[in-house]
Order: sequence, then C-alpha cells, then structure tokens
Amino acid sequence: MEKNKVITNCKVVIIGGSAGSLSVLLQILPQIPKLNDFAIVIVVHRKSTDDQTLEDLLKLKSNIKVKPVEDKVPLTSGFVYIAPSNYHLLFEKNHTLSLDTSEKINYSRPSIDVSFESAAEAYGKSVVAILLSGSNSDGTNGLKVVKDFGGTIAVQNPLSAEMPFMPNNAILYSNPDFILNKEEMLDFINSINKE
Amino acid sequence: MIKDIELETLINDVYEYYGFDFGSYSRASLKRRVERVIQLDGFLHFHEFLSKVRYDPEYYKRVVDEITVNVTEMFRDPAFYAVVRNEILPLLGTKPFIRLWHAGCSTGEEVYSMAIMLKEAGLLHKSLIYATDINATVLETAKKGIFPLRMMKEYSENYRTAGGKEDFSSYYIANYGIAKFDEELATKMVFSQHNLVSDNSFNEFDLILCRNVLIYFDNDLQKRVINLFDESLAVLGFLALGTKETLKYSIDSNKYKQLDKEKIWRKIK
Repeated sequence: MEKNKVITNCKVVIIGGSAGSLSVLLQILPQIPKLNDFAIVIVVHRKSTDDQTLEDLLKLKSNIKVKPVEDKVPLTSGFVYIAPSNYHLLFEKNHTLSLDTSEKINYSRPSIDVSFESAAEAYGKSVVAILLSGSNSDGTNGLKVVKDFGGTIAVQNPLSAEMPFMPNNAILYSNPDFILNKEEMLDFINSINKE
Repeated sequence: MIKDIELETLINDVYEYYGFDFGSYSRASLKRRVERVIQLDGFLHFHEFLSKVRYDPEYYKRVVDEITVNVTEMFRDPAFYAVVRNEILPLLGTKPFIRLWHAGCSTGEEVYSMAIMLKEAGLLHKSLIYATDINATVLETAKKGIFPLRMMKEYSENYRTAGGKEDFSSYYIANYGIAKFDEELATKMVFSQHNLVSDNSFNEFDLILCRNVLIYFDNDLQKRVINLFDESLAVLGFLALGTKETLKYSIDSNKYKQLDKEKIWRKIK
C-alpha cells in the first residue's frame, strides 16, 4: 500500500488516536532514538484523570524529551508534546501552541480534527499527520485539510488496529499517502527528514 | 474556512465600527470561533457575514457573545478548589474583610462554587466577590444563579472531590429541569461588565481568579492583563489561573511565589 514519497522539511508530526492508540504509542516512541529536526505532538482522547500517565510512562521509557504543554509554549524540534485533556490544542503561526476550552468536537476535547486543521493552517506542507486506532470518526476531516494544505497523511492499518473504525473511516474519506502496520510506523517516523 | 486576510478585515472593522479590539486574541482559536458563528448562522459567503456585522449592532453583539468561549462548570478542576479550601481560605480568613475578583466569570458556575466554600468556611458574611465578564448575556444568567439540573450530578461529584462535606443538593432548589441556587450565596456577589482588553483596575483584591481566559489572548495581551491583576492585587494576595496557564512569560518571577502544583501564585512584593 505504501507509496514512494520521501518526506523532507517536516517541522511537526502530529499523532492522533483514541481507544487502542496508547499501546501503539508506548510501543513505538521508546524505540525512536532521536527526532530529525521535527517535533512530535500527540493528541489522544483520554480521561482527564489519566493526564500524567502517558507523560510519566514516556519519560521513563523514551530517550526523547517530553515537554509539558502549557498555553503559548514554543514548539521546538526534538521534543514530544502531549495535548492535555479537556483542552483543544491549536498551532499558532508564531510557532507556539495555544489551548482552547470551547465546545467538544466529535464528542472529544482535545479533538484530533481541531489540531490537524490548525497545524495545516500554520505549517502547511511541513506537517505529517498520523491517525491511529480508535472508535469514532475524529481525525478524518483533519487529515483531509492537512492534505489540502500539502502535508503528508498516514493511517494505521485497520487490520493491525485494536479499534479499526477510526483508521477505516480515514482511509475511506481521506486517501492517505501511507497505510502502516505498527511495525512500519517506527521506520516511517525514523525516515522523516532523512534524505 | 475563512482566509487570514478575511479574519484581519473583520478584526479591523469591528474595531472601527464598535471600538472593540480582537487584535490581540490568539489567532488560531479566534479563527475557529468566527468560522463557527458563520456556520451556525448559515452564511454562505464571508462578505455577507461581514456586512451584517458592520451594519447590524444587534447582530454584532450576538457575534461577540458567540466568539467568547463560555464553557464552564462548578468546582471546575476539583483539585484546584481543594487547595483553595484547605490552604487559601484559612489565610484569607484572618482578614477583617475579604475582596475577591472573578475575572471572566462567564455564566457564574465558579462564582457560586466560591461562595459555597466561603460559606462553609464561615467567611461569606465578610466577603465580597466581584464577578466580571465582557459578555453581558452570560452575566444575566450568572446573576440569576440558575443552572441546568442535569449538570448537578457531575457538580456534586466535583464538590465532594474538592473536599465538600455537606449535602450539595441543599444549596439549590430543583424545578422543571433547572437548579436555582440559594439566594443567600448571591448576596455577596457584585456582577458587572468589564473588558480585560481595555478597562482598568477598579479595586484592590485579596484573591483574583481568572481561569481559562488568558489562553484566548496573545503574549502581549497576556502581559497587559497580568499587569492589570498585579495592580489590583494586595501584597500577599493570591492570583489563580487555569490549569494550563502560566505567569512565566508575563511577569518578573521574583514578585510571585507559586503554590505547589496548582496554578496559584502569591504576590510576595
């Protein structure tokens, strides 16, 4: 399924997911040695009480530094940022992240669509958006917008997803550049910005 | 989606026609809010929306009301309210009179939460809560102290997580889907319209709460507002922000000391 597309000049990789995505993240992220001149932003649906869990696990397991997201934090390459629960995460054109507590979108806050769309507007071609396992349709519209603005979109292979609905829906409506198994996901991220 | 240039045109026109300055609002969020109103009200073209805003002051008011985010809840972030209850109120309680300012209070859920905690600490009689917002419509709701009954289960859980020990339902009367809060709580509240972008300090306070408002402003405006709070805060008074907001980018950190993990700072000089 994979198309030959070499990704260069990427500034930010946004990974969105819902049910079944945490295990994928915890499998992949610790294996990434370093980020080649881009930042990773993770937008996953979770309960507000779980807020620290993912951060803490990544800090323990991963070489890449996790930066806590506060309003207007600068987005710096080499770091991982995790969207806090109960806020939408937005990208500003001056390379900062901002937060928003407005209404839920797709029953979700943070909404993956909101982050994908806003990243597309701020970073255009320099966005790579990845959508993982999940059981609602959040993310699909955002992927379309990323693509419209010239970015690259990748979706977890539904066959390898714990919850295939979200990636299936995305494949149906957004024509992704890559469809990746869990194992391929790691090579894909490592290949970014490598000529 | 609207274009950047269209958003800037709207900002300029609103300033020119009505004197309200959205110029220092965070663009990413403002853009989404404007797109939401355009969609809600069924405009097919941006220019139709823009001319309605220009020439119809009533519609302009609606747009401002819809753009400003009014998502709130009682005892929002219960851990924060637990710190206020256990650490801040005992300190404020030593004063003969306590002045609080809730800036950006929206429909008032957090103002009533604070009044309940003051009452339980035996401090309500000597407290005064100034509750302000830019949006006159939400202030009308706040004054009434009427909130949707369906939310009470969640609020009651928040209340208990925040250390509340009473029967939460004793604070309101339930009727036809609404919960009307005890009028005694409101006797110590003063509601008025206040614009953080352009209005000045109007009193000196012991505790200022402004939660999840600064996130909608850019760095420059955040600085202005934090300075406004600084001018309005007594020495040894407290400033409380939203869980993901910070003073870090806005003010000399020697002037303020942060409490634990919560977003509460004490003015130390």
